[in-house]
Amino acid sequence: MRGFAPWLALLRPGDWLILFATTAAVAASLPRLWQAGIGEHAVIRQEGRIFATLDLGQPRQIEVGGPLGNTLIAVEPGRARVVSDPGPRQYCVRQGWLSRPGEIAICAPNRVSLQITGRTRIYDSLSY
Amino acid sequence: MTRSVIELPVSDEDRRIAGLASAAVLLSLVDAAVPSPLPGIKPGLANIVTLVVLLRYGWGTAIWVSLLRVLAASLLLGYFLAPGFFLSLSGTACSLLTLGLARHLPSRWFGPVSLSIFAALAHIGGQLVVARLWLIPHDGVFLLAPLFAAAALFFGTLNGLVAARLLAEPAPTSPVHD
Repeated sequence: MRGFAPWLALLRPGDWLILFATTAAVAASLPRLWQAGIGEHAVIRQEGRIFATLDLGQPRQIEVGGPLGNTLIAVEPGRARVVSDPGPRQYCVRQGWLSRPGEIAICAPNRVSLQITGRTRIYDSLSY
Repeated sequence: MTRSVIELPVSDEDRRIAGLASAAVLLSLVDAAVPSPLPGIKPGLANIVTLVVLLRYGWGTAIWVSLLRVLAASLLLGYFLAPGFFLSLSGTACSLLTLGLARHLPSRWFGPVSLSIFAALAHIGGQLVVARLWLIPHDGVFLLAPLFAAAALFFGTLNGLVAARLLAEPAPTSPVHD
Protein backbone atom coordinates (compact mmCIF):
# COMPACT_ATOMS: atom_id res chain seq x y z
CA MET A 1 0.00 0.00 0.00
CA ARG A 2 1.40 3.33 -1.09
CA GLY A 3 -0.68 5.48 1.27
CA PHE A 4 -2.29 8.80 0.57
CA ALA A 5 0.79 10.74 -0.48
CA PRO A 6 0.38 10.25 -4.27
CA TRP A 7 -3.24 11.37 -3.98
CA LEU A 8 -2.42 14.45 -1.95
CA ALA A 9 0.12 15.44 -4.58
CA LEU A 10 -2.79 15.86 -6.99
CA LEU A 11 -4.20 18.73 -4.93
CA ARG A 12 -3.08 22.20 -5.96
CA PRO A 13 -2.85 25.13 -3.52
CA GLY A 14 -6.21 26.58 -4.60
CA ASP A 15 -7.80 23.16 -4.22
CA TRP A 16 -6.87 23.18 -0.54
CA LEU A 17 -8.36 26.64 -0.22
CA ILE A 18 -11.63 25.57 -1.86
CA LEU A 19 -11.69 22.37 0.17
CA PHE A 20 -11.28 24.19 3.48
CA ALA A 21 -13.67 27.00 2.59
CA THR A 22 -16.46 24.68 1.46
CA THR A 23 -15.91 22.32 4.41
CA ALA A 24 -16.20 25.27 6.79
CA ALA A 25 -19.37 26.50 5.05
CA VAL A 26 -20.97 23.05 5.16
CA ALA A 27 -19.96 22.53 8.80
CA ALA A 28 -21.45 25.90 9.68
CA SER A 29 -24.73 24.96 8.00
CA LEU A 30 -25.00 21.52 9.64
CA PRO A 31 -26.60 22.74 12.91
CA ARG A 32 -29.58 23.81 10.80
CA LEU A 33 -30.41 20.10 10.55
CA TRP A 34 -31.26 19.95 14.24
CA GLN A 35 -33.35 23.03 14.53
CA ALA A 36 -36.50 23.05 12.49
CA GLY A 37 -36.79 26.80 12.82
CA ILE A 38 -37.96 28.89 15.72
CA GLY A 39 -41.46 28.79 17.13
CA GLU A 40 -43.20 32.11 16.63
CA HIS A 41 -46.84 31.57 17.50
CA ALA A 42 -48.98 29.41 19.72
CA VAL A 43 -52.18 28.36 18.00
CA ILE A 44 -54.94 27.33 20.40
CA ARG A 45 -57.83 25.40 18.95
CA GLN A 46 -61.16 24.58 20.50
CA GLU A 47 -63.39 22.01 18.78
CA GLY A 48 -60.94 22.17 15.86
CA ARG A 49 -61.52 25.89 15.29
CA ILE A 50 -58.82 28.41 16.01
CA PHE A 51 -59.61 29.96 19.38
CA ALA A 52 -56.58 32.22 19.63
CA THR A 53 -53.20 32.75 17.99
CA LEU A 54 -50.72 34.12 20.49
CA ASP A 55 -47.34 35.65 19.82
CA LEU A 56 -44.66 33.66 21.63
CA GLY A 57 -42.87 36.91 22.35
CA GLN A 58 -45.29 38.09 25.02
CA PRO A 59 -45.92 36.15 28.22
CA ARG A 60 -49.57 35.69 29.10
CA GLN A 61 -52.09 33.14 30.26
CA ILE A 62 -55.34 32.27 28.59
CA GLU A 63 -58.28 30.12 29.58
CA VAL A 64 -60.14 28.09 27.00
CA GLY A 65 -63.56 26.70 27.79
CA GLY A 66 -64.48 23.19 26.71
CA PRO A 67 -67.14 20.58 27.48
CA LEU A 68 -65.37 19.57 30.72
CA GLY A 69 -64.34 22.97 31.98
CA ASN A 70 -61.52 25.41 31.46
CA THR A 71 -58.08 24.58 30.09
CA LEU A 72 -55.39 27.00 31.22
CA ILE A 73 -52.61 27.73 28.77
CA ALA A 74 -49.47 29.73 29.57
CA VAL A 75 -47.20 31.46 27.08
CA GLU A 76 -43.66 32.53 27.91
CA PRO A 77 -41.06 34.02 25.60
CA GLY A 78 -40.30 31.29 23.05
CA ARG A 79 -42.50 28.57 24.56
CA ALA A 80 -45.98 27.61 25.67
CA ARG A 81 -47.63 24.88 27.74
CA VAL A 82 -50.90 23.63 29.07
CA VAL A 83 -50.90 24.51 32.77
CA SER A 84 -54.04 22.73 33.77
CA ASP A 85 -56.80 20.79 32.11
CA PRO A 86 -59.92 19.09 33.44
CA GLY A 87 -59.26 15.94 31.38
CA PRO A 88 -58.84 12.61 33.24
CA ARG A 89 -55.40 11.58 32.01
CA GLN A 90 -53.58 14.92 31.84
CA TYR A 91 -51.48 13.96 28.82
CA CYS A 92 -51.38 17.50 27.46
CA VAL A 93 -50.33 18.92 30.82
CA ARG A 94 -47.58 16.36 31.26
CA GLN A 95 -46.12 17.19 27.86
CA GLY A 96 -44.70 20.33 29.43
CA TRP A 97 -43.25 23.19 27.47
CA LEU A 98 -43.52 23.24 23.70
CA SER A 99 -41.12 25.44 21.77
CA ARG A 100 -40.40 24.00 18.33
CA PRO A 101 -42.63 24.47 15.29
CA GLY A 102 -44.96 21.52 14.80
CA GLU A 103 -45.05 20.51 18.47
CA ILE A 104 -48.58 20.05 19.70
CA ALA A 105 -50.31 19.24 22.97
CA ILE A 106 -53.82 17.90 22.62
CA CYS A 107 -56.30 17.85 25.47
CA ALA A 108 -58.71 15.56 23.66
CA PRO A 109 -61.37 15.19 26.38
CA ASN A 110 -61.78 18.95 26.58
CA ARG A 111 -61.32 19.35 22.82
CA VAL A 112 -58.53 21.87 23.16
CA SER A 113 -55.18 21.78 21.38
CA LEU A 114 -52.10 23.94 21.62
CA GLN A 115 -49.73 23.98 18.68
CA ILE A 116 -46.49 25.86 18.04
CA THR A 117 -46.04 27.27 14.57
CA GLY A 118 -43.03 28.86 12.96
CA ARG A 119 -42.55 30.91 9.86
CA THR A 120 -42.95 27.78 7.77
CA ARG A 121 -45.22 24.87 8.49
CA ILE A 122 -43.43 21.57 8.91
CA TYR A 123 -46.42 19.34 8.33
CA ASP A 124 -49.24 19.90 5.88
CA SER A 125 -51.58 18.04 8.20
CA LEU A 126 -51.53 15.77 11.20
CA SER A 127 -54.09 13.16 12.04
CA TYR A 128 -54.57 11.21 15.20
CA MET B 1 -39.44 1.62 -54.92
CA THR B 2 -36.06 3.08 -54.90
CA ARG B 3 -33.76 2.30 -52.15
CA SER B 4 -32.43 5.40 -50.58
CA VAL B 5 -29.42 5.30 -48.41
CA ILE B 6 -29.05 8.03 -45.90
CA GLU B 7 -25.50 8.38 -44.92
CA LEU B 8 -24.60 10.39 -41.89
CA PRO B 9 -20.99 11.38 -41.86
CA VAL B 10 -19.41 10.39 -38.59
CA SER B 11 -16.43 12.42 -37.53
CA ASP B 12 -13.70 11.36 -35.15
CA GLU B 13 -15.14 13.88 -32.72
CA ASP B 14 -18.50 12.07 -32.85
CA ARG B 15 -16.83 8.73 -32.16
CA ARG B 16 -14.93 10.21 -29.27
CA ILE B 17 -18.09 11.73 -27.75
CA ALA B 18 -19.95 8.44 -28.16
CA GLY B 19 -17.16 6.47 -26.52
CA LEU B 20 -16.82 8.85 -23.61
CA ALA B 21 -20.59 9.11 -23.15
CA SER B 22 -20.88 5.33 -22.98
CA ALA B 23 -18.19 5.27 -20.28
CA ALA B 24 -20.20 7.90 -18.38
CA VAL B 25 -23.42 5.87 -18.82
CA LEU B 26 -21.68 2.82 -17.44
CA LEU B 27 -20.59 4.77 -14.36
CA SER B 28 -24.16 6.09 -13.97
CA LEU B 29 -25.37 2.50 -13.82
CA VAL B 30 -22.76 1.67 -11.18
CA ASP B 31 -23.93 4.76 -9.32
CA ALA B 32 -27.53 3.57 -9.37
CA ALA B 33 -26.48 0.17 -8.00
CA VAL B 34 -24.74 1.68 -4.98
CA PRO B 35 -27.10 1.65 -2.00
CA SER B 36 -27.78 5.13 -0.67
CA PRO B 37 -28.83 6.14 2.84
CA LEU B 38 -30.96 8.98 1.51
CA PRO B 39 -32.54 9.52 -1.89
CA GLY B 40 -30.45 12.09 -3.69
CA ILE B 41 -27.13 11.13 -2.17
CA LYS B 42 -25.10 9.39 -4.85
CA PRO B 43 -21.37 9.21 -5.58
CA GLY B 44 -21.90 10.75 -9.02
CA LEU B 45 -19.11 8.71 -10.56
CA ALA B 46 -20.06 9.81 -14.08
CA ASN B 47 -18.81 13.28 -13.19
CA ILE B 48 -15.28 11.87 -13.29
CA VAL B 49 -15.80 11.43 -17.04
CA THR B 50 -17.25 14.95 -17.35
CA LEU B 51 -14.20 16.43 -15.61
CA VAL B 52 -11.68 14.48 -17.67
CA VAL B 53 -13.51 15.41 -20.87
CA LEU B 54 -13.73 19.07 -19.86
CA LEU B 55 -10.04 19.38 -19.13
CA ARG B 56 -8.87 17.27 -22.05
CA TYR B 57 -11.32 18.10 -24.87
CA GLY B 58 -13.06 21.30 -23.78
CA TRP B 59 -16.43 22.50 -22.55
CA GLY B 60 -18.43 21.75 -25.70
CA THR B 61 -17.47 18.08 -25.66
CA ALA B 62 -18.21 17.94 -21.92
CA ILE B 63 -21.73 19.27 -22.54
CA TRP B 64 -22.36 16.66 -25.23
CA VAL B 65 -21.06 13.82 -23.11
CA SER B 66 -23.03 14.91 -20.03
CA LEU B 67 -26.34 15.41 -21.80
CA LEU B 68 -26.03 12.13 -23.70
CA ARG B 69 -25.22 10.43 -20.42
CA VAL B 70 -28.31 11.88 -18.69
CA LEU B 71 -30.51 10.83 -21.60
CA ALA B 72 -29.10 7.31 -22.03
CA ALA B 73 -28.90 6.57 -18.30
CA SER B 74 -32.51 7.65 -17.82
CA LEU B 75 -33.61 5.37 -20.65
CA LEU B 76 -31.64 2.42 -19.27
CA LEU B 77 -32.80 2.96 -15.69
CA GLY B 78 -36.37 3.70 -16.75
CA TYR B 79 -36.88 7.23 -15.47
CA PHE B 80 -36.88 9.09 -18.79
CA LEU B 81 -39.20 12.14 -18.47
CA ALA B 82 -40.03 11.15 -14.88
CA PRO B 83 -39.34 13.72 -12.12
CA GLY B 84 -35.94 12.12 -11.51
CA PHE B 85 -34.99 12.85 -15.10
CA PHE B 86 -35.65 16.56 -14.73
CA LEU B 87 -33.80 16.64 -11.44
CA SER B 88 -30.87 14.92 -13.10
CA LEU B 89 -31.06 17.30 -16.06
CA SER B 90 -31.25 20.44 -13.93
CA GLY B 91 -28.39 19.29 -11.72
CA THR B 92 -26.24 18.48 -14.74
CA ALA B 93 -27.10 21.76 -16.47
CA CYS B 94 -26.17 23.72 -13.35
CA SER B 95 -22.91 21.91 -12.89
CA LEU B 96 -22.02 22.33 -16.58
CA LEU B 97 -22.65 26.08 -16.35
CA THR B 98 -20.54 26.25 -13.21
CA LEU B 99 -17.76 24.26 -14.87
CA GLY B 100 -17.98 26.62 -17.85
CA LEU B 101 -17.12 29.48 -15.52
CA ALA B 102 -14.76 27.66 -13.17
CA ARG B 103 -12.54 26.26 -15.94
CA HIS B 104 -11.21 29.80 -16.45
CA LEU B 105 -9.64 29.74 -12.99
CA PRO B 106 -5.85 29.68 -13.18
CA SER B 107 -5.00 26.00 -13.56
CA ARG B 108 -1.72 26.46 -11.74
CA TRP B 109 -3.69 27.01 -8.55
CA PHE B 110 -7.00 25.29 -9.10
CA GLY B 111 -7.06 21.71 -10.32
CA PRO B 112 -9.73 19.09 -11.03
CA VAL B 113 -10.59 18.83 -7.33
CA SER B 114 -11.77 22.46 -7.17
CA LEU B 115 -13.78 22.02 -10.35
CA SER B 116 -15.29 18.80 -9.03
CA ILE B 117 -16.35 20.40 -5.74
CA PHE B 118 -17.92 23.34 -7.57
CA ALA B 119 -19.70 21.00 -9.99
CA ALA B 120 -21.02 18.77 -7.19
CA LEU B 121 -22.35 21.70 -5.16
CA ALA B 122 -23.91 23.27 -8.27
CA HIS B 123 -25.48 19.91 -9.11
CA ILE B 124 -27.23 19.57 -5.77
CA GLY B 125 -28.12 23.27 -5.83
CA GLY B 126 -29.81 22.99 -9.22
CA GLN B 127 -31.70 19.92 -8.10
CA LEU B 128 -32.91 21.54 -4.89
CA VAL B 129 -34.13 24.62 -6.75
CA VAL B 130 -36.11 22.54 -9.25
CA ALA B 131 -37.43 20.35 -6.43
CA ARG B 132 -38.51 23.47 -4.52
CA LEU B 133 -40.13 25.18 -7.51
CA TRP B 134 -41.82 22.19 -9.01
CA LEU B 135 -41.94 18.95 -7.02
CA ILE B 136 -42.20 20.03 -3.38
CA PRO B 137 -43.27 23.68 -3.25
CA HIS B 138 -42.27 24.09 0.35
CA ASP B 139 -39.17 25.48 2.05
CA GLY B 140 -38.84 22.22 3.98
CA VAL B 141 -36.94 20.93 0.95
CA PHE B 142 -33.98 23.00 2.06
CA LEU B 143 -33.89 21.51 5.56
CA LEU B 144 -31.75 18.65 4.32
CA ALA B 145 -29.57 20.93 2.18
CA PRO B 146 -26.62 20.82 4.61
CA LEU B 147 -26.62 17.03 4.41
CA PHE B 148 -26.73 17.09 0.61
CA ALA B 149 -23.99 19.71 0.53
CA ALA B 150 -21.81 17.60 2.84
CA ALA B 151 -22.28 14.57 0.60
CA ALA B 152 -21.57 16.68 -2.50
CA LEU B 153 -18.39 17.95 -0.90
CA PHE B 154 -17.22 14.47 0.07
CA PHE B 155 -17.96 12.77 -3.24
CA GLY B 156 -16.93 15.85 -5.21
CA THR B 157 -13.49 15.69 -3.61
CA LEU B 158 -13.13 11.96 -4.26
CA ASN B 159 -14.28 12.25 -7.88
CA GLY B 160 -11.98 15.22 -8.39
CA LEU B 161 -9.02 13.23 -7.09
CA VAL B 162 -9.81 10.32 -9.40
CA ALA B 163 -10.17 12.72 -12.34
CA ALA B 164 -6.86 14.37 -11.45
CA ARG B 165 -5.25 10.94 -11.28
CA LEU B 166 -6.63 10.02 -14.73
CA LEU B 167 -5.56 13.36 -16.19
CA ALA B 168 -2.02 12.75 -14.93
CA GLU B 169 -1.82 9.86 -17.40
CA PRO B 170 -0.85 10.71 -20.98
CA ALA B 171 -3.87 11.32 -23.23
CA PRO B 172 -4.75 8.47 -25.57
CA THR B 173 -3.91 9.52 -29.12
CA SER B 174 -7.16 8.08 -30.46
CA PRO B 175 -9.67 7.19 -27.78
CA VAL B 176 -11.87 5.12 -30.10
CA HIS B 177 -10.49 2.51 -32.46
CA ASP B 178 -12.75 0.94 -35.00
